[in-house]
Amino acid sequence: MPDPKDGGSSPEPRLPKIEARDVWKIYDTANGPTTAVENFTLDVADGEFVCIVGPSGCGKSTFLRMLAGLDTHSAGSILIRPGADPKKPLNSVVFQEYAVFPWKTVVENVAFGLQMRGIGRAERLDIASFWLERVGLRKFANYYPSQISGGMKQRVSIVRALANDPEVLLMDEPLGALDAQTRIVLQDELLRIWEETRKTVVYITHSLDEAILLGDRVILMTAHPGRLLTTFPIGIRRPRTVETLNTPEFAELRGEIWQQLAREVSRAMEMQQ
Amino acid sequence: MSEAGKLDAKAMPAPPGRVANRQAGLSKELAAVVAALVVWNGALVLLSLWRPLWWAALIGDFALIVMAAERVGRRVAPAWRRSYERTLAFGFPVLALVAWQMIVDAGILNPLWFPQPTRIGAALWDVTVHFDRFSGTSLLGRPWLIPSRFESDGWPGVWALFAESHVWATLGRVGIGFVIGAIPGILLGVIMGVNRTVRLMLDTTLSAIYVLPKIAIFPIVMLIFADPFGEGPKIAVVALSVFFLMAINTMAGVRDIDPVFLMAGRNYGARGLSLLWHVILPAAMPVIFAGLRLALGTALIVIISIEFLRAKQGVGFMTFYYWEVLNPEKMYAGLVVVMILGVVLTYGLQWLQQRLMPWQR
Repeated sequence: MPDPKDGGSSPEPRLPKIEARDVWKIYDTANGPTTAVENFTLDVADGEFVCIVGPSGCGKSTFLRMLAGLDTHSAGSILIRPGADPKKPLNSVVFQEYAVFPWKTVVENVAFGLQMRGIGRAERLDIASFWLERVGLRKFANYYPSQISGGMKQRVSIVRALANDPEVLLMDEPLGALDAQTRIVLQDELLRIWEETRKTVVYITHSLDEAILLGDRVILMTAHPGRLLTTFPIGIRRPRTVETLNTPEFAELRGEIWQQLAREVSRAMEMQQ
Repeated sequence: MSEAGKLDAKAMPAPPGRVANRQAGLSKELAAVVAALVVWNGALVLLSLWRPLWWAALIGDFALIVMAAERVGRRVAPAWRRSYERTLAFGFPVLALVAWQMIVDAGILNPLWFPQPTRIGAALWDVTVHFDRFSGTSLLGRPWLIPSRFESDGWPGVWALFAESHVWATLGRVGIGFVIGAIPGILLGVIMGVNRTVRLMLDTTLSAIYVLPKIAIFPIVMLIFADPFGEGPKIAVVALSVFFLMAINTMAGVRDIDPVFLMAGRNYGARGLSLLWHVILPAAMPVIFAGLRLALGTALIVIISIEFLRAKQGVGFMTFYYWEVLNPEKMYAGLVVVMILGVVLTYGLQWLQQRLMPWQR
């Protein structure tokens, strides 16, 4: 296993921001070991937006939690390279179920990561207000999450991660629980914010369209065990908006990926038999 | 009646003919129910059956009053809904007290066992304003004497007034025991909720003690304390009963926390005490408060039973004392005081809950 401190001393631009090598996750159950993630290798460059797509239960969420350090991996190595500022957190997660704390107001939620890092009250509330302004939630700052809608809660959850200013943003199906319209609005907002911040992002979704729209690279996973199936670079030029979904370029790419995907899936199924 | 009808029509614009029909239909039904109420009681009285069959008469009256209230409820305008519901909630108990009064006044029930509400009220007034020389106690500690006592004896004089009060004695025991038991109980519950090993080691033992009637440990506690008849054992039993209940409830509350909140807390840098303060305690707060409500009820049961057994003061002592001297009005007065204490303490807890959990409004 490489020493995780390795990358910090020489922050060369070419070194990947995230290095996950031969990662395994094996659960010990009463019926013997079960493999959730098998031999998964992923490099993410600094400022890259990577989407991981796969059927439910394919271990993509498990992989993200291992990246975030919220779950242990059974074998392999995971490294997130620290940046120039060692005080910055390595990663912040946006959870599918929002995980916005119901007992804190909107602005307290957004300032939570900063508070835990010991940043003073005035400064952290300033930063939180700035981010709330950017997603149009300024006037809801002192509301409790129970008083706002699901789409607004997920905005709060996203800016809570951004206000924390992490090296890497890890998003676990953040729009999965929203209705179709809110989802489109938030996809647009995500594209706009990403364009402004250019964070390194690993984004889990089960929607291929969403992955192609948002990502620089789309990674497909298979289920049982969770394995990397194939990778597609997405060449659609930025800045993108939800209008991109209607371009012939998008349709063509999606068709191409579907075709390859069908081939890969049937091959994978043959291999399993 | 017609006033309410007008309001209703204004609130719900609908084809005028149909509304008028419905209103008229309801009015007719209501008149029929009220007539039935008069006929039912009148017939029983005329046949001299009301007295021997008073309980059957009351059951019939209750059914008819429910039917009448429902007819009224259907035509109440939305603006009057709240007052209507309040009238039901507070009017019915008053009606029941009036019925009690009339039945005992009429000699149907023995006033020795069921003294009239007015006499219970008078007894309550009596124990409030009078000092009982024999036991050296009063109900509230005669607060109107505070200024004069303070002038003559200073603070010790005021303290002596409080010390003679039944209510303050009971409240003090419950309050101190509650705090001494609840805080360590919540802490142990959190530890058991978070740490699997501690939970496995203590869970069975706590569950076994939890089902034990708390009053049963009173003799043992009396044995342990140097002064078995002092305040120590009484407060200790209250504290112990609250402690076990809170430990078990808090543990359940902590274990029920959605793991995504714990993951979010950890991912954003909360560890140890900050995780406890910012995530675990607020997330478990609703269950903790449900536990506190239960614990309050248990604490009152325990303290009143202990005061029956071994006390020279307290609301439980007072109730039992008036049983010994056969003064039922004052026994009932004691029960009323216990009820008021329970209601006041529950409201206090609700106030605290709203203060500590502003997000749940």
